[in-house]
Amino acid sequence: MGIDFQHKQSAHCENGVASNLLNYYGIKLSEPMIFGIGSGLFFSYMPFLKVNGIPVTSYRPLPGVIFRRAAKRLGFKVKRKKFRNQDKAMQDMDSLLKKNTPVGMLVGVYHLNYFPKAYRFHFNAHNLVVYAKNDQTYTISDPVMETPTYLTYNELKKVRFAQGIFAPKGHMYWAIKIPEHVDLKNAIITGIRKTAKDMLGIPIPLFGVKGIRYMAKQIRKYPKKLGKRKASQYLGQIVRAQEEIGTGGAGFRFMYAAFLQEAAQVLNKEWLYEMADEMTIIGDLWRSFAVETARIIKDRSQVEDAYNQAADILMKIADKEEKVYIELKKI
Amino acid sequence: MKNNEVPQDDANLLEGKFREPCYALDEQGKYNTIKSVGWEPKNIVIQHAWEGVNEQIEETKQLVLQEKLSPIAYYMKKQLMDVQILAAYTGFFQWTVKRHFKMKTFNKLSDTKLMKYAEVFEIELDVLKNKKLL
Repeated sequence: MGIDFQHKQSAHCENGVASNLLNYYGIKLSEPMIFGIGSGLFFSYMPFLKVNGIPVTSYRPLPGVIFRRAAKRLGFKVKRKKFRNQDKAMQDMDSLLKKNTPVGMLVGVYHLNYFPKAYRFHFNAHNLVVYAKNDQTYTISDPVMETPTYLTYNELKKVRFAQGIFAPKGHMYWAIKIPEHVDLKNAIITGIRKTAKDMLGIPIPLFGVKGIRYMAKQIRKYPKKLGKRKASQYLGQIVRAQEEIGTGGAGFRFMYAAFLQEAAQVLNKEWLYEMADEMTIIGDLWRSFAVETARIIKDRSQVEDAYNQAADILMKIADKEEKVYIELKKI
Repeated sequence: MKNNEVPQDDANLLEGKFREPCYALDEQGKYNTIKSVGWEPKNIVIQHAWEGVNEQIEETKQLVLQEKLSPIAYYMKKQLMDVQILAAYTGFFQWTVKRHFKMKTFNKLSDTKLMKYAEVFEIELDVLKNKKLL
């Protein structure tokens, strides 16, 4: 029993769930397309917001934002629901499944038993789709996994009611309106404009291109201010956010380049291919920043010079990205 | 990054459970995804972060062995939780959880309360009661 839901692996869970759900309803869009339309590319460095004593760096907007923006720009409507009562949350999901409706939901990854141990921490904004139930076992389309996976009733209940920051509280969502006609061109343009605007124009120096420059400046001070151990932890965290699960490499820069290529084709704008090439070069620079960071962590004797070198790469990235967004803004 | 440049440096961090898609350029210069088992710089930063976490767990373990903290503090760290998360899972207030870190308070805790912790930590009540550090 079940529906013909096609599971496709993606780099990032939010794009993946959106892409898989839309595909089920007959709208075929790639992961980069969802990412670009949802203005998924972003940067923020928040020294005052710490997890485990280490500042948070992020290459994307807050969880849920990409999905919401993409849905809105594509005319796709979802209904969302949160719960106090855990069993009610499971019942409501069951009745949707009975009506053959795939259900998207937010879960915590800590108790997700099919995840590798190194990736299981108390992160609560992971997205997946439940699309079938047999006896007490649910079939799960988790965009991170290569194939569909399975969870029991109790296992699923546990991850839906994970605790901590962004506790999902059984949050689930399902499609209530599927667009008959998608205005892809307009959606792409709106998505690009928003990205360019946010990366250039937020008047707080923690976000966008300004955020990258600010972070670079801070990194130069790390070894003196924090001492070797802490400095390497701070720097390592930046690269983790950039490369660990979900970004498709280089803090989403390669994924965005892929989007720009697709956009160039849809809009028939040659110059967007050039922008994609530029974004690829920028992605490669982010990768060299990661290489530099790993070198600092491995060779613990390195001090200020190495941090300055890492910061220099970031300054170069900021300059290059700025140019790209200025061009993109004109679209 | 080109298709043939997508790194395949396996440090078994994914335990063979899946491979991660990386966006790369094919021979025509068009983007596609290539599955990767890992990349050395990334493996290094992930392992480094876990070393930091494990050091914290070990430090807490030592404090528990010296009876300066209760086993609840150790199991909390071991489950990668903080006071806020543990309070949310057990239903206790944060300040109550903090009180339970004290050996004196811990020794007087009822089985019902200890059971709540044991359930969250997924250990037997006896293990917690007997201050065994798994």
